[in-house]
Amino acid sequence: MSGLAVAFWILAAVAVLASLLVITSRNPVASVLYLVVSFFCLAGLFVTLNSHFLAAIQVIVYAGAIMVLFLFVVMLLNLGTPQWFDVAATPLKAAALLLGVAFVGALAATGLGSFEPVARGPASAISPDVLGSTEAMATALYSTYYLPFLVTALLLLVAMVGAVVLARRER
Amino acid sequence: MEIEHWIWLVPALPLAGFLVNGLLGRRLGKGAVSVIGPGVVGGSFAFALALFLHLTRLAPEARSIGQTLYSWMSAGDFEASVGFLVDPLSATLMLVVTGVGFLIHVYSVGYMHDEDDAGFARYFTYLNLFTFAMLLLVMADNYLLLFVGWEGVGLCSYLLIGFWFKDQDNASAGKKAFIVNRIGDFAFLLGIFLMFGSFGSVAFADVLPQAASILQPGGPLAFWICLFLFVGAVGKSAQIPLYVWLPDAMAGPTPVSALIHAATMVTAGVYMVARSHALYDLAPAVLAIVAGIGAATALYAATIGLVQTDIKKVLAYSTISQLGYMFLGVGVAAYAAGIFHLVTHAFFKALLFLGAGSVIHALHGEQDMRRMGGLKGSMPITYWTMLAATLAIAGIPPLAGFFSKDEILWRAWDAGHPVLWAIGLFTAGLTALYMFRLFFLTFHGDFRGSGEQRQQVHESPPSMSAPLVALGVLSVIGGWIGIPPAIGNALGGAGNAIESWLAPVFESGHATDAAHAVPPVEYALMSASIAVALLGILAARYLWLRRPELPREIAHRFQAPATILSHKYYVDELYDLVVVRPYNALSRFAWRVIDEGLIDGLLVGGTSAVVKWQSKISGGWQTGAIPTYVTVFFGGVVAILVYYLFG
Amino acid sequence: MSEIGVGHYLTLSAVLFTIGVIGVLTRKNAIIVFMSIEIMLNAANLAFVTFARATGDLGGMVMVLFVIAVAAAEAAVGLAIIVAMFRHRETVNVDVFNTLRG
Repeated sequence: MSGLAVAFWILAAVAVLASLLVITSRNPVASVLYLVVSFFCLAGLFVTLNSHFLAAIQVIVYAGAIMVLFLFVVMLLNLGTPQWFDVAATPLKAAALLLGVAFVGALAATGLGSFEPVARGPASAISPDVLGSTEAMATALYSTYYLPFLVTALLLLVAMVGAVVLARRER
Repeated sequence: MEIEHWIWLVPALPLAGFLVNGLLGRRLGKGAVSVIGPGVVGGSFAFALALFLHLTRLAPEARSIGQTLYSWMSAGDFEASVGFLVDPLSATLMLVVTGVGFLIHVYSVGYMHDEDDAGFARYFTYLNLFTFAMLLLVMADNYLLLFVGWEGVGLCSYLLIGFWFKDQDNASAGKKAFIVNRIGDFAFLLGIFLMFGSFGSVAFADVLPQAASILQPGGPLAFWICLFLFVGAVGKSAQIPLYVWLPDAMAGPTPVSALIHAATMVTAGVYMVARSHALYDLAPAVLAIVAGIGAATALYAATIGLVQTDIKKVLAYSTISQLGYMFLGVGVAAYAAGIFHLVTHAFFKALLFLGAGSVIHALHGEQDMRRMGGLKGSMPITYWTMLAATLAIAGIPPLAGFFSKDEILWRAWDAGHPVLWAIGLFTAGLTALYMFRLFFLTFHGDFRGSGEQRQQVHESPPSMSAPLVALGVLSVIGGWIGIPPAIGNALGGAGNAIESWLAPVFESGHATDAAHAVPPVEYALMSASIAVALLGILAARYLWLRRPELPREIAHRFQAPATILSHKYYVDELYDLVVVRPYNALSRFAWRVIDEGLIDGLLVGGTSAVVKWQSKISGGWQTGAIPTYVTVFFGGVVAILVYYLFG
Repeated sequence: MSEIGVGHYLTLSAVLFTIGVIGVLTRKNAIIVFMSIEIMLNAANLAFVTFARATGDLGGMVMVLFVIAVAAAEAAVGLAIIVAMFRHRETVNVDVFNTLRG
């Protein structure tokens, strides 16, 4: 077994486990921390897919900024302890589980496991090794996808303003 | 200034009277109404007379003038207009309606004197409206307008019968008249529909001249058209089996009974059959039915009239009986004879009713003959005019009834119907019998009423007695317009005026003069009718004057027939059982089950209940619980996915 | 186990997505729900990158970048809303916010 395969399986297992723990923990703080673990695993999976840039971004932005924000809010609202109401009704749990299994099952039944996409687009232009590198990403970002980039910047501004306004105390 | 352009005035004047009396009558007061009401009818009579005289100046073949006012409707192939036809037949009826109508309007002024202003005005409003409708009926130049008048007189009959509607019985009598008439009218309409289907038109000018070419003589179409029309006549003219409304109609004021239920409205059926003679000549089977029913009704009604105690009821059954004679006449294709009897009957029957009204008025509302008697001295004018009328109806020459009744009987014999003639003869005897029973009970013998009634008995005021005299004169001389040649030739050439007057209308090849070619047979028949009439009078005198206890003994001896007769053969009870009760049950069913249960409950209520139930279910989805929403949402996603992948 | 192919990554992505969905459906704490949504987003990111790698189209990776950026914005706004909700009702129980009921 190649190192890649080993890495994949370990990272995949931990990611799934961490995600399960996220949704089943009673303590919100524990959930947050488990989510961070999951994000780290995903970053590792990005590396195995040769997109190093995104792995870095995942860690910095997602695990670093967003999860910290979550933690802030949890601590701010004093939700650090298990909440009494946080149990769903059994029929709802059963339905959710059922639907989830159906979803995965449906996808698996169509041969998701042995899916092989047909290469399209300007694939041959960039070799897979260089594909996820920062240089390639930057080239694409500032040329082909320049407009979405600017719009996203605007979006972030709007979100910032919105968050400030929404969380303001009413006087 | 041709007279054709003024034909419309004849019906228009009573219509104007209706409007003025109806809208302004109460405010104008009794004085004005008593001038306007009779006045417009008098004016109508003057115009009708002018039209009549104009016709006489024309050659016999040209005696038909008309005026079309406007086209009423034009729908596809169907055209109907409001137009009038003035020919000998309609002119005769016009004179009767307006002439006798005028006299009765004058009489009503005195009779209805005790009413308050509102009631007085209402009475004359209805009476004028009736005159208008009746004139529409007789002057119409197409069957549709005739039917409008037909319905109009039915409406006025209902309104006037139930004039004192505050008494429930009077209102019910009005309803009965209208509803029974409706049955006949339904059949009448079917006849008109069939006629339109066959001829493409309902105008007299289109239907009558072409009847022979379009309808097959003796064929089914002719049969059904004539039968349906006749059923309409059965309702309107109170023949068997639709006569039951007429005796109840006596609940109305007596002048109403005189005008509507004696002289004019009930004769509309006879007029209609006579007018449609071209059609009836093509359906001899229906003519036989007409004659049969006429004769049967004449006899039947006479038997019932014999035992009635209410003076107006006797006259009502007498009217039914005499109408039977008229239908017997037209049934044997003696159309002119039938119309002749219609005219004379109008004179003496109106007089009889008005005279009875005079008596009732004097006795302050008493109508039971068992409480009358001996009024000869106190009411001379009424006495002598009533005598004239009673002799006329009994068929004693030279008064009016003799000539017209005899003509019918002779024609029945001559057309080869000895049975019908025999029935007619026997009924003539009965007529004399019960009419003189009425006369003797009312005016002769001892007064059997209360003391204070005796005190107040008085002759009627001039407004009432003058019309009595006028009608009395007509009852005496009225028959002389129809003197048969058998007598006329003997008297030096006085011809049958009315027969020749109406000949152009009825000229469908019936030998009118040839029928009178055998004087000896005619003399024999004439003698028979006179003898029978005299016998009836003498029998009446014996039974009710000489030996008044005898009728009671006879009734006691023959209890069963007497009871049946006095209950009018239980026909009303039969109709109640067979028609009224099932119909009421059906109506109740339609009301409770269909209307309330099905429509209100199931359809309306059910629809709203379904909507409410459905909205409750739909509303249940909106729980407001977000987890539920998201679950369903994801469920939908999975469903779509499955469908795409596997469907 | 042989080569790790595209299918494996995709299956992993599907499983992670499902876990996220179950979390959204089942938990009543608004913040946990939010975090479950982040899991779902990550699963989608994984799928994107997988396909980008497989087809050699860089657009997939750029998409992931944008998804991360938008997720950041969404988290900021969403948490602000949760804070505001908490101020109103003293709780973050999603069942309490049912005024859309009808």
